[in-house]
Amino acid sequence: MLIRRPPDISASEITDQNLYRDRRRFLAAGLAAGVAFTGASLAAPAPAGPFANLRKSPLSTSESPNPLRDITTYNNFYEFGTDKADPAQNAHTLVTQPWTVRIDGEVKRAQSVDVETLMRWSPPEERIYRLRCVEAWSMVIPWVGLPLAAIIKRAEPTSRAKYVEFTTLNDPQQMPGERSSILEWPYLEGLRMDEAMHSLAILAVGLYGDILPNQNGAPIRLVVPWKYGFKSIKSIVRIRLVEQQPVNTWNRAAPNEYGFYANVNPAVDHPRWSQAKERRLGEFSKRPTLPFNGYAEQVASLYSGMDLRKFY
Amino acid sequence: MKSLVAFKTALFALCLVPLARLVFFAFTGRLGANPIEFVLHSLGTWTLTLLLVTLSITPLRRLTGWNCLIRVRRMLGLFAFFYACLHFLTYAGVDQSFDISAIIADIVKRPYITIGFTCFVLLIPLAATSTHAMQRRLGSRRWQLLHRLIYLIAAGGVVHYLWLVKKDITQPLLYGLVLVVLLAMRLVWRRRVTAGAALSRPLG
Repeated sequence: MLIRRPPDISASEITDQNLYRDRRRFLAAGLAAGVAFTGASLAAPAPAGPFANLRKSPLSTSESPNPLRDITTYNNFYEFGTDKADPAQNAHTLVTQPWTVRIDGEVKRAQSVDVETLMRWSPPEERIYRLRCVEAWSMVIPWVGLPLAAIIKRAEPTSRAKYVEFTTLNDPQQMPGERSSILEWPYLEGLRMDEAMHSLAILAVGLYGDILPNQNGAPIRLVVPWKYGFKSIKSIVRIRLVEQQPVNTWNRAAPNEYGFYANVNPAVDHPRWSQAKERRLGEFSKRPTLPFNGYAEQVASLYSGMDLRKFY
Repeated sequence: MKSLVAFKTALFALCLVPLARLVFFAFTGRLGANPIEFVLHSLGTWTLTLLLVTLSITPLRRLTGWNCLIRVRRMLGLFAFFYACLHFLTYAGVDQSFDISAIIADIVKRPYITIGFTCFVLLIPLAATSTHAMQRRLGSRRWQLLHRLIYLIAAGGVVHYLWLVKKDITQPLLYGLVLVVLLAMRLVWRRRVTAGAALSRPLG
């Protein structure tokens, strides 16, 4: 058997240089957050939003987020129509409460849980991430996210769990787009186990400190910021741990255009358009796209030795 | 005559509405989260729409018998060219910031841009020879032959649209369907004319 030994210090554990230089402010912010948190749990004043006093994360980018209006009116969510403006128009039919997520497959503790339970298992944090769509546009989004690793650990994966498969709700009554056969429903996505356990991978439940709007994948969606946006599956009802690489919807729809890995890669073009540059919404000129969407330092090691042209 | 002038003026104004709409949207912040894409796509679909409107003049004339419609065909064709120019300039100038090497790479490498650019280039001689003077200089046979390029350009425009969409090909297919109907009508009429000519020949 081949045992892969991790290097002494993995890239993800090395403190970002900017963060290190900024450590005093960072510690002070952490301290303030801690004080605020205890204060909030002791005293009466109600928090401003549902996610007040969120823990900040060193994994957040310092780039300024796109306005809420951009993030909530320009969506690819084919379950509510194929136009970018459709989800904002149509997603009101989605009922997000009650909502349960089935966690099963290669786990010791298969169970159905509600979002509140998931939030207890893995407390929400603010994660300001870049989002790069396969269509060559990008945004910066302040998510409220639950680290995915803690949730998967809770289910106690067996040794056979090699991949994680995610499934979106399949209900044409609530999701009118599912009445068309534009894609095969339900929407499916998957991650390799080590990708799912990476600290950058989160399940988002909020946006800008507020509850996640329906058009952004309420009540709970995946966010994997180093991959093209279509990997970040929305409105999840099932998380299944599996032994074989799961099917993912866009790969099934157009295998030569969309892969399973779908890591952001400026060197590997989409067959019909270039991925070298992107338009950050709100900016005039295109900016160069960064390998792994700028998260190479944290995630490149996951793919060492892999031909990223082959595994696009 | 007076009513023709009024009709032409009204049609001219109508053809400017898509542009006016974009300007209005731009000044009132209604171009959405990705305004460049919105403008680019809007100008592209209006180019295609005006090409199809231009191509519908002949069938409309035959169906209605309103021969005066021929008097507005050139204007409609030139408006199609006008929107094609704006579409190309938005792509080259705004989307690509006049990065000539990137634009050339796109034209060479991306089939949908190759075909879109080819169609745009082919429109130029048609626009240039649209005047009466040019018509006379070329002679009506040659002029007509040259202007048959419009069929190719419209088909290319539909393919350009079809190849760029990610998955939902409903819209480009609709444009394609209209084009097929417009071209099929011409074929049917032409066959009838030939058949009619054959019949009217002395039978022996």
